[in-house]
Parts: sequence; structure tokens; C-alpha cells
Amino acid sequence: MLKIENLHATVDGKQILKGLTLEIAPGEIHAIMGPNGSGKSTLSYVLAGREGYEVTEGSVTYKGQDLLAMEPEERAVAGVFLAFQAPVELPGVGNANFLRTALNAVRRAKGESEVDAIQFLKLARARMKVLNMPDDMLKRPVNVGFSGGEKKRNEMLQMAMLSPTLALLDETDSGLDIDALKMVADTVNSLRGPTFSALVITHYQRLLNHIVPDHVHVLSAGRIIRSGGPELAQELEATGYAASVAAA
Amino acid sequence: MTAVNTTGAGAFLARHEGLRARLPGAGLPWVVAMREAAAAAFRAQGFPTRRVEAWRYTDLAAVNGTVFGEALTGVDDALALPATGNSRAVFVDGRFRADLSTLDGLGYTVESLAVALPSLEGRLGAVARPAEQALAALNGMLFEDGLVVTVPAGVAGGVLELLSFATLSDRAPAYHPRHLVRLAEGASLTLIETAAGPAAARYLHNPVFEIEVAARARFNHGRLQQEGLDAFFLSTVYAAVAEGGTYDNFTLNAGARLARNEIHVALAGPKAECHMNGVQLVADGQHADTTTALDHAAPDCASRQTYKTVLAGRSRGVFQGKILVRKVAQKTDGYQMNQALLLSPDAEIDSKPQLEIYADDVKCSHGATVGELDADNLFFLRSRGIPLEQAKAILVEAFLTEAVEAVADEAIRAALSGAVSGWWQRQGVAGGIEVA
Repeated sequence: MLKIENLHATVDGKQILKGLTLEIAPGEIHAIMGPNGSGKSTLSYVLAGREGYEVTEGSVTYKGQDLLAMEPEERAVAGVFLAFQAPVELPGVGNANFLRTALNAVRRAKGESEVDAIQFLKLARARMKVLNMPDDMLKRPVNVGFSGGEKKRNEMLQMAMLSPTLALLDETDSGLDIDALKMVADTVNSLRGPTFSALVITHYQRLLNHIVPDHVHVLSAGRIIRSGGPELAQELEATGYAASVAAA
Repeated sequence: MTAVNTTGAGAFLARHEGLRARLPGAGLPWVVAMREAAAAAFRAQGFPTRRVEAWRYTDLAAVNGTVFGEALTGVDDALALPATGNSRAVFVDGRFRADLSTLDGLGYTVESLAVALPSLEGRLGAVARPAEQALAALNGMLFEDGLVVTVPAGVAGGVLELLSFATLSDRAPAYHPRHLVRLAEGASLTLIETAAGPAAARYLHNPVFEIEVAARARFNHGRLQQEGLDAFFLSTVYAAVAEGGTYDNFTLNAGARLARNEIHVALAGPKAECHMNGVQLVADGQHADTTTALDHAAPDCASRQTYKTVLAGRSRGVFQGKILVRKVAQKTDGYQMNQALLLSPDAEIDSKPQLEIYADDVKCSHGATVGELDADNLFFLRSRGIPLEQAKAILVEAFLTEAVEAVADEAIRAALSGAVSGWWQRQGVAGGIEVA
């Protein structure tokens, strides 16, 4: 499904990832934890194809394809979804129109028929009900004037609508209250299945109480220094990262 | 022995000399006097060079160097015009075409200027200032036709279309229509003007509008400039607004190789209002100029201007906006914003806002920004599967939203969004956001 081998990446000439290796099988949820500056967000941006992140060594294969050779939109229609830590605001772009444009781009790539405005609204409203989002969030410009929690809800709505096969959650839990945190977890859990994998990047263990990962990895200084099962997250919460970093 | 001028101001002056006896109104002394005065003004000014402050950023050398001919008369054009259900007046190569127009059952008067000329003494030339604007002088010297719209007091005129088409000709025709719009007290009208021509046609379209908005009247003026890409479009609008009246101008400047959209508005009575909004879409090889001059000449008036320019390829855009607040114009509320979005490193925008304020109790502000598409926003859209070109189109449309939403009239807004997506198609982009 996703195979990251010896990944090295620089940002503004600074080496951030220094030989990261990780494999995610279909249906698996992996969590990556680590201190600030360990390269967590860089990893998610490299995987999603953001400009300014240069891969200097290593490879990433996704469903047998060279992920790094693909444009961001090609990765998205191939099933990669990045839930942003700080989603942008787009004044002048209506949320409904944006979402339908994205949904149809993904559907076209899959060879599915496009949805018209009425079909779209039906699909979106059903998802929004589950996410406890008011209907008027569709009419507003994308994320403009949304609270932090509303922006994350909107990210989850996009994820649910686009039904990716690989979700990258980049500290989606940062700044969320417990209700919003549960909403994020519920959305991920609702997508869980044999064709859905996720990489949950987080600083804290609390999100992992709600999304129970199959594997937990500790990222430090651009490399994975420890891997384990869900119990590793609890251990880290108790002992902090310092012990793992010192032991590595 | 004098040399024969084939180009430049001299050629147009020579044409006036030659046509003098045949131009409409040649038998009316007041028309003749007006043409002679315009000719003198044009002789004195010529085509303005960039040394003239108002033309510092727009070079008319290409116009000055082109050999223009007269538009052919009586060409039987098989123009298939889509029906819109609106009343409309059609001009082909500058001449009114009654056969193509639909003007039945209007509660107001629409006439061809060539026909109505004898009745226009005192009205024609009432607001234009040929001594100050060379192109208005050129128009005054050579105008042959135009639209005369007169809406009586209290009449709601609805929507009227003014369609101006150029036909393909190897004569490089030049035409100078003079359009007059007068709204009497409390009247209202929406005029949607479309100027278009074949891509390969070279011609000069030099219209002058004289607009009079009486007390509490409202004129919505939508202009879609989509001339052929080898055309010169040099347009001058004069509007005078009386007490409590509103002049609302929206201009899409998207066609022509060189386009100048010059608007002079005088708020002459208390509590008059003016909204001027516009979008300039400038592609490779094009030059688009919007120049506004707003004269706050009475107290308690408000003006709002929002102009957005998008530039692609090697193109150039200009925005010049002057707000004059006279001493008498206390409590003026003036606002002007112009923003440019550069889609290419070879695009260039010149922006010159200018405030001249003599009253002491006014609220007047202006702003200008120039930027590129935001990389984070583009990445966000692409990360959702939207292809790069479509993502750009979405962000450009979002950039234009503010100017488009400021358009009060729905018919104008609808015509505009169609024109904007047409521009994108010409750029080879399948279109922006899907409309729900």
C-alpha cells in the first residue's frame, strides 16, 4: 500500500527527514508521534506533494506507483488525503462549490459519473448530519470565519466525501476540544476497513484513545527510532519522548 | 504642396475635411459648429503621447501608426444573434441596424442618433469635454451614429441591451459612435452593452457616452468589452448625476489588443451616488487601461469603486483613479480599491490612485494591492484532487468575486459571469468552479 524507504528530505536547504522507513499495509492505521521539530509535518507534506520540500534520497511507493513523481492532484485522485493542521481560508470560494469540484475531480479519475448539484447536496447533507455540521457551512466561503473546530470538521467532511484510501492526519487534533476530537476519531473510524489506511500524526496520545492504531512509531530527528503497538503511545504519554530519544 | 497623411491624427483630420459635407447633421449649423470645434480640439491635441500625464501608461503609437479606413455601408451581415428576451439595439461597424434590433413596446424612447440628430440641439455635447479628452474630440469630429435613449420621469425602463459588433474587413475601419442616455426624474434603466468582433479583425471602436441622470433616477450601466484581439477599443464615458440619483457602472475589460475604458462622473447634486466596479482580464499581448475620474461637486454624495485586474502572459494593465472633492462637497463618502493579480512574471500593472480634496469634512479612502496566486491556497485545492489549471481558475474567480458581487443588477451579474468563463476558455482552461 504505502512503502517509504530511507526517505531524506530538505526544506530551505535544511535536512529534516534523515532516512525514514515505514510501511503501511491496506486497512492499517499507523500513528506517528514525536517531539516538535522531529519532522512529522514535513513527512505529511512530502507525501502530499507540497512545493518546497525536496526529497534528496530514498523512495515512496504507493499502490506500486512512485508517489514522489506524481503531482499533488494526481496523488489526491489516487486516494491520498491530507487533513491539514491549519486549513487555509478561501474568501470568494463557496464551500459547496469547492467540495463538489473536488468530489467530481476524484470521481472522474475513478471513472465514475460526476454528481450534479442536487445529488451533491444530498450526499453532503447526509455526511454533515453525522459530523454535526450546520447546513449553512456549505454556503459560506471555504473556512472563512470558521472556528478552529469548524475548520477541522470541514476537513473531516472533505475526507468523508472524497473517501480516500490513505488519509494523512497532520496533527488534526491540535487545539481541539474533546467533542471535536471525538468527531475526528469517529470520522476516521467510520472509514476504517480493508481498503482504508491512515497515518495519524500527533503530538499527544489522547487522539489515540479514540482512534486505536495498529502500529505506533516514534519520530525523532527525521528518523523512526521506535515502533510498537498501541501500548507504546500510552508508555510515551507516561514517560515522555526523552527516554526513547536517549535510548535510540 | 502638402503631404497626404495616411496615418495618425492627420489622417482623421483629413477624413473630416473630406466628409464634412456628407456627415450626419451637415445641414444643421449647430452640429457643424460642434464638429468644427471638436476638429480644432483634436488638431490641437492629436493622439496623446505618453508625455501627457493622463496617458503616461498607455501608448497609442499602434493606433497612431495604423491606416484606418471607413466602415463599409450596406453590408448585409447574416448575424445570428441569440435571443435573450431583452429589448436590444444592435450596431454593426458603428451603424444602427433597425433590422437586427428589437425595440417594440418600450415605455421610453430609443432612437438612432443619425436619425434623431435634428432634435438633439442642446443635448448632444452637453456632458462631453472634447477640449480635455482628445478621443472625445476625435469622436465629436467624426461621429456618424449612436444610440439615443430617453426615459421619461418615473418610468422603470427595465433592461435594454446595446450590442455593438465589428465585422471582418481588410479596411481596418474606424468608427466613433456617440451614445446619449438621459433618465428623467425618478426614472430607472439597466443598459447592458456588449462590444465584440472577430478575433482577426483590426478596427478602432471609439465610443463616447453622454449620460444624464436626473434627480432620484437610477442608471445601471453594464459594459462587456470583448472586442476582437486585434482591435483598438478607446471608450470615454461622461455621466452627470443630479440630486439623489445613482449611476452604477460595471465594466468588464477583456477584449481588444489595446483597450482604454475612461469614465468621468460628476456627482452634481446632493446625495447623488456612483458605483464604479470593473474587472480587467488581460491575456498575452493585450493592454487594458481603466481610468476613472470622479468629481464630487455637491455635498452628501457617496462613491464606491472596486477594480480588479488579472494579468496573464506578457500583458499590461493600467488603473488610474482620480477622486476630486470640491470645497462645497462636504460629507463626501468616497472609497476606491484597485487590486491586481499577476499570473505571469511577464505581466505588468501600473496603478495610480489620486485624491484631490478641498472640503474639510469628508471620508475618503483608497487602496491598491498587487499580488500573485497564493501557493498555500493552490496546494490546498490540488491536494483535494483539483487540477492545477482549474485550481488557478477557482482562485482567480474568487479574486474577482468582490468586484462582481458589488454589481447590484442581476442581469449584469449574469452576463458578466458568462463573459468571465468565456475568457477562461480562450485561455485554454476548461473553466473554474462548478456552479451549484
